[in-house]
Amino acid sequence: MTHAATTHHTSLGLDNRKMAFWAFIGSECLLFTSLISTYLVYKGRSVVGPYPHEILNIPFTSVSTFDLLMSSLMMVLALAAVQRGDMKWGKIWLFSTALLGLVFLGGQVLEFTEFVHKGLTLSTNLFGCTFFVLTGTHGAHVAVGVLWLLTLWVRALQGKLGPANAMTVEITGLYWHFVDVVWIVIFTVVYLIQ
Amino acid sequence: MHEGGSAEHRVHPTADVYLRVGAVLVILTVLEVGVFYVPAFHPVLVPVLLVLSAAKFALVVMFYMHLKADSKFFTFLFGVPLLLAVGVMVALLFLFFGALTLRGAPGAG
Repeated sequence: MTHAATTHHTSLGLDNRKMAFWAFIGSECLLFTSLISTYLVYKGRSVVGPYPHEILNIPFTSVSTFDLLMSSLMMVLALAAVQRGDMKWGKIWLFSTALLGLVFLGGQVLEFTEFVHKGLTLSTNLFGCTFFVLTGTHGAHVAVGVLWLLTLWVRALQGKLGPANAMTVEITGLYWHFVDVVWIVIFTVVYLIQ
Repeated sequence: MHEGGSAEHRVHPTADVYLRVGAVLVILTVLEVGVFYVPAFHPVLVPVLLVLSAAKFALVVMFYMHLKADSKFFTFLFGVPLLLAVGVMVALLFLFFGALTLRGAPGAG
């Protein structure tokens, strides 16, 4: 694997950008855990409906979960392609990852719209408040990831992305996989454990 | 600049490994949803789902985020905040429920 000529290494011999990004991911762990904890603490304390078991659509969310898992697979395939200099497949996998991210976001918009039509808003009850803040924050992270991926894809189309920039793709992948693991937890804790 | 001379030089998994991990992730997700719908699993639903979820989490972090092959310092940077976060979550659940539970109050959402 190669790095851009501007890459610096720390005294540990590690890439400074990658190290900083892992520290950022560590801080994101704390952010999402605080939101998940808030959801769990207020779970079952809503005094008016709709309640989770009345409104959550497990088959629909299972498809969204599958979609996000597949996007993670596309991301690592994109990284592998860029690392070996196969930019044709690198572009295809990068765009596929962004596309699956967009599909996930579309599903979330549909879900939120349906919930609002069924009477669940941010201010309806404790479930609505904690649910929308948690899944909305995750959705915002997915949106940032999609923009990042599309930016990389455009740079690849312009011929500005190659094996020398593999670390950039790897760091994008770290962000995308983190968004995926957060969803793995949300899917279990919010949707399946009711 | 080639990585060969740095301590960061690690061999990432091949596309074949990525595909196998992806297949396992799909199987675990199908198991999760299956367990949710099978009434026989309901008494042990929470621990089974948490174990399956933890397995998926670990697979993505180890293979897709390369922590299995990368420097242990990255594992430290990720693991310490994660442990702290889980500790805070467990402490909050004890504080609010008096016992570690993921169940809500009876009859409420």
